[in-house]
Amino acid sequence: MSTAAAPSERGLRWFQALTGGQQGLLPGTTRTVRMADSPIGREPARYLAVVPDAQNRFPRARGGEVGLDEAWALARQVRRTIAEDGGASPRAIIAIVDVASQAYGRREELLGIHLAGAAAADAYASARLAGHPVLALLVGKAMSGAFLTHGYQANRILALDSPEVLVHAMSKESAARVTRRSVEALEELGRSITPMAYDVRSFASLGLLHTLIEGINAEAPGTDDVERVRAELAAAIADARAGARDLSSRLTSQAARTTRSASIEVRRRLAQSWDVP
Amino acid sequence: MSRPARDSFSELSARERARVLLDPGTFRELLGPFERMKSPWLPRQGVVAQADDGVVVARGRIGGEDAVIAAVEGAYQGGSIGEVSGSKIAGALELALRDCERGRRVRPVLLLETGGVRLQEANLGLAAIAEIHAAIVALRRHVPVVCVVAGLVGCFGGMSLAAALCSRLIITRPARLGMNGPEVIEQEAGIGELDAMDAREVWGLMGGEQRVATGFADVLIEDDTVAIAAEVRRAFDNVPPPRSEQVDAWSARLAGIDAQHPPEPRALRALWLRGEDH
Repeated sequence: MSTAAAPSERGLRWFQALTGGQQGLLPGTTRTVRMADSPIGREPARYLAVVPDAQNRFPRARGGEVGLDEAWALARQVRRTIAEDGGASPRAIIAIVDVASQAYGRREELLGIHLAGAAAADAYASARLAGHPVLALLVGKAMSGAFLTHGYQANRILALDSPEVLVHAMSKESAARVTRRSVEALEELGRSITPMAYDVRSFASLGLLHTLIEGINAEAPGTDDVERVRAELAAAIADARAGARDLSSRLTSQAARTTRSASIEVRRRLAQSWDVP
Repeated sequence: MSRPARDSFSELSARERARVLLDPGTFRELLGPFERMKSPWLPRQGVVAQADDGVVVARGRIGGEDAVIAAVEGAYQGGSIGEVSGSKIAGALELALRDCERGRRVRPVLLLETGGVRLQEANLGLAAIAEIHAAIVALRRHVPVVCVVAGLVGCFGGMSLAAALCSRLIITRPARLGMNGPEVIEQEAGIGELDAMDAREVWGLMGGEQRVATGFADVLIEDDTVAIAAEVRRAFDNVPPPRSEQVDAWSARLAGIDAQHPPEPRALRALWLRGEDH
């Protein structure tokens, strides 16, 4: 059984830092999903975060995990944003990502957490296709199904260069149990097999990241840290607006051309043989 | 009176499953095993890399219309999604999208038998799955995306989200669909949460019959090649809006659940489908 580490407060901290201290609580919505508007320069922007709540009605989603209510609330709020803007001037949507995992539980499966996650991913992807610049800002953990639900459909992914920013398909502890390896052995493996690594610098070398923001106090951001991050968000919004609405930028970056060469080669060969010669 | 023997669909290889769904004589594999497009990551970890990385992409026709099928081989590495296998699925869907945008409709079918991300390729598997999700959402605006989950491997992890994004989801009784596999739940939350060895409990939660009875899948079908091929041909007609877009309806269903005392699987069927036509 997993040991209960103290839930991370980073997501909420950065949410508040970037939105001028707003709580972002929504009437009739779980307290674990926060949403607030705060402009970036002249750009209106909408922020979304998933945060811990010790009183959450679903016990398996009290530590910042993305559970049923969280995923459906994200889907609802993102869809609401698309509807409000009506395609005319689609706002930037910024997912602040600090999610330890999806919620693992019997209730979650019974009630279809896979569909809840799909609905949130669908909403973010639909926003992107509707012309909203969708950004993910990784300030803590971005794990597996939780990241797929909240952030991985963004046109541009940004991350703070911090040892606590981790990206992976399974938490270190779980992966160690599943593969019957020690956490240390897994970390060692990550040093030679880049996609196996957890740290954000390794993730950056996969070519999936738009910007790694260095030299930020990720745990206790000061005014300068917040301003620098906001400037990076502004640049990413402009870049997203100028670019394609799909995820192709993740295959064209310099790092992707090296590390994801197989992803590129597969697509090249499929395209070559798609139509009968 | 003896019934005619059924031809099991789920026992076929991925290649044969793709072949039997396509109109006779139209099967053409793309990036097949002779191209030896293997995982660049498995050999470095002492795992033998298969020449097709466990995914078969085939073009052909379904009901006379252009089609593409991406079929996962559940027998290879648990149908896990690595960089190459995931990119084959995403790439096939992206090309179908390109054709649709040019006014050439292509019918996409996914045959998913998968535990989700291949842990040995962790972040590149996860990235490919995000790209599969993106492609399904974009493609679905042009043409229904049809998914079949037929075998005992089931469909889990990030690929369960892919299945849930599809326009039409066809499932057999022995198949399971869920985000977290029972073993992972037991490991993470303890045997008091879920006993992964309790087949009745596991299938009660996430088995094909329960998923159709509670609205998470569209069609419950026998594991029979002829029946599944016929169902796939029918699946492109009169398709309602995808369930992953039905946010208000599903949120309302969930809001009506007592989280402390959730209904048992049987009771959930009655609760959620009351008053609906099924």
